[in-house]
Amino acid sequence: MDMNEIKEIFFQECEEQLAELESGLLRLNDGDTDPETVNAVFRAVHSIKGGAGAFGLDDLVSFAHVFETTLDCVRSNKLEASQDLLKVMLRSADVLADLTAASRDGGTVESSRTSGLVAELEAYAKGQPLPSASAAPAPAPAAAAPEPAQAETPAPAAEAPEPTDDSGFQPVPFSFDALDGDDDLAIEDGRSVFTVRFKPRSDLYAKGNESVLILRELAKLGDLQVRCEADDLPSIDMLDPEGAYFSWLIRVETDQDEEAVRHVFEFVEWDSTVEITAGADEEAFAAPDAQGGDQPMAAVPFDLSLLEDVPAVSAEAAAPEAPAPAAAAPAAAGDESMAPPNLPLAAKAIAAEAEKKETVVPAVPAAPQTIRVDLDRVDRLINLVGELVINQAMLAQSVVENESGGSSAVNLGLEELQQLTREIQDSVMAIRAQPVKPVFQRMGRIVREIADMTAKQVRLVTEGENTEVDKTVIDKIAEPLTHMIRNAVDHGLETPEKRTEAGKNAEGVLRLSAKHRSGRIVIEIADDGAGINRERVKAKAIENGLITADANLSDEDIDNLIFHPGFSTADKISDISGRGVGMDVVKRSIQALGGRISITSKPGKGSVFTMSLPLTLAVLDGMVVTVANQTLVVPLTAIVETLQPEKSDIHSFGPSQRLIAIRDTFCPLVDVGNILNFRSDLANPVDGVALLVESEGGGQRALMVDAIQGQRQVVIKSLEANYTNVPGIAAATILGDGRVALILDVDAVVTASRGQPLSPDMMLAATG
Amino acid sequence: MKKKVLTVDDSRTIRNMLLVTLNNAGFDIVQAEDGVEGLEVLEESNPDVIVTDINMPRLDGFGFIEGVRQNDRYRAIPILVLTTESDAEKKNRAREAGATGWIVKPFDPSKLIAAIERVTA
Repeated sequence: MDMNEIKEIFFQECEEQLAELESGLLRLNDGDTDPETVNAVFRAVHSIKGGAGAFGLDDLVSFAHVFETTLDCVRSNKLEASQDLLKVMLRSADVLADLTAASRDGGTVESSRTSGLVAELEAYAKGQPLPSASAAPAPAPAAAAPEPAQAETPAPAAEAPEPTDDSGFQPVPFSFDALDGDDDLAIEDGRSVFTVRFKPRSDLYAKGNESVLILRELAKLGDLQVRCEADDLPSIDMLDPEGAYFSWLIRVETDQDEEAVRHVFEFVEWDSTVEITAGADEEAFAAPDAQGGDQPMAAVPFDLSLLEDVPAVSAEAAAPEAPAPAAAAPAAAGDESMAPPNLPLAAKAIAAEAEKKETVVPAVPAAPQTIRVDLDRVDRLINLVGELVINQAMLAQSVVENESGGSSAVNLGLEELQQLTREIQDSVMAIRAQPVKPVFQRMGRIVREIADMTAKQVRLVTEGENTEVDKTVIDKIAEPLTHMIRNAVDHGLETPEKRTEAGKNAEGVLRLSAKHRSGRIVIEIADDGAGINRERVKAKAIENGLITADANLSDEDIDNLIFHPGFSTADKISDISGRGVGMDVVKRSIQALGGRISITSKPGKGSVFTMSLPLTLAVLDGMVVTVANQTLVVPLTAIVETLQPEKSDIHSFGPSQRLIAIRDTFCPLVDVGNILNFRSDLANPVDGVALLVESEGGGQRALMVDAIQGQRQVVIKSLEANYTNVPGIAAATILGDGRVALILDVDAVVTASRGQPLSPDMMLAATG
Repeated sequence: MKKKVLTVDDSRTIRNMLLVTLNNAGFDIVQAEDGVEGLEVLEESNPDVIVTDINMPRLDGFGFIEGVRQNDRYRAIPILVLTTESDAEKKNRAREAGATGWIVKPFDPSKLIAAIERVTA
């Protein structure tokens, strides 16, 4: 894995965090007071900032930082999450998303957008008493990081003077002239001498720090002389094995500055006393000598070579010249004098031997276990299962053909196989099923943006966002949904003034909902706006030549005019609704998904757009029928009922139209074979079967086919991808006998029957 | 002998960066996604040093450190806190919980390795 791949992961993660951020903010907006919600929101921003920092995405970092700071105020209850603040935060989340996208794809975000929000966020953070942070000394860790000069660090012990007495210490020759000038501490080549007094407290060890490691770190800076002072060491019966009894006197000769020396103690400065003075303190080092040899344990020079695998300290170099002073000391001082350097290690050993106690783990709900799988793998599996389904069907068919009567064992086995295949298919499809939530969440942002641009007040309410649908569908509904949401805010909802005039709440409500209905997902976009202005729509359609002035249209027909290509009711083309990109495009893309869209509208009350989509684009339950010796598949979801027409039910209407009487109503009869040009004449309805289908506009049609073969699930193979788009045909499939069957595009056929020619971009028949 | 590092961080990005950086530096790595998992992994992996984030779901870094310190086997294990918080308040809390030291994000590999070597024998 290289950094580019990690960066890719980072952007994926950003997507998730941004979704988390937005949904969290929306929950807060809805009055959620769970502290964990604020925490999750904070973590999302924090996480983005952390990753962005690692990749040097400075714009992202600085904005995230300001955002995070304000969130932190909310998190620590220093700032109330008011509705106004949440609005600012939601907009900030949008900008954060844009900054992330800009970092990923290149491009920039207008600095005016960020700077305005930064100012607002900062004002919120400052408007309340600020936390008294940064009062404690915060060492600048990043700037002061030592450059461990491992390559050329001289072995300190080797250069240390030969010990000559029991204390094992002899001061180095040192020129006091060096101390004369205050700023002239240099010995040679810019090297300075510091004296460090370091007295750890027991907390230092409790936190996993160790004095010896500090000394080792210090040794990386230059030459050390170390003396361990054990004045405070109690007698063994009083000794707390985890106590801190030793202090260290250290002389450092280094080419680095005092800051570098101090930095070594960064982790322990709270748990110890550290005094660093420039220059050598010969007196202090000399002191033990003055005290004489009767207190050998009071000050033990410390041999760094005791530290294993410290490259800077050469044990070989130290040993012959300096006969291990610390090792010599025990002879005089007794065993416990070995304790100083090893104390923490001993504590560890004790800890290790101590009976293992149960770790206290706060009870938390188990998170659902998930794995991330490359989509390609799932797709391959889905394809394979598709083949399996076909294969199973072929096997079943050949058994039926070859075994007259059939052995019940084989048939039973086949039935089980069919059931298992079906279950495998469902399970595999479930892998790819995703809640529509992420798409719905994106709509929140669209609504906010357009509300801002149009100066309308809009509240988006989402329902059923956990409704699952195949990923292939999810990927494709975002765009039409965006258009519809834009349209709903731009055209559907009124301005606050107009709403108030009409006696409505100034804030318009947009309801976005999803639900499963008979094997399809139905997504509704409902606004409580003015509804479709039918007079205006009609006038516009006449003006554009879409309908004749005297056309007699039902309300439904007029409403459906807005799906006509190029139709736009906005008096002026606004930025939002785009230029000619209107509901016709929406309709086309939904149809391309095998979906339908319809509208119902009530003047003054609002409009509801309903789109119904297949749950998956991979399989389909279909009715296999014969039309003019061709095998076709009609999607089961489109079929309301099937019936065998009687001669008396059929009525002619005009030169070519025929109607069928079904329970008191007349329904246009559509000869599929004729429409698809399988045959030029019209079939006799009495010889065939009528499939009553419901088309997107709500009207019913009776499709005439020659015979019904059966009902089965088929795997959809795209005609467009493998061949070319064929009008009236949605896709193809492979049947059990290995033959290709075409899947009928019911809506297209119904539309064609209304007099419109079958063409790939066939649209609504406006003139009915 | 390779030193074993337990990293605890909820960010996939950071986990991967730690993995790559520490792998390249010759460490053994075990990883956890939050404090709760961290305590579980700790039991089975017996690491030499722990690097943990602060802000995590379920159990944050402070709670995790306290949990580690309550475990007799690990009460003296070096724990480095990996966090973007450079302010003293967070550091103090981490220290009080028992952190050994810290690394300020964004970290560069050398800084991370230096900090780990600094606290491990």
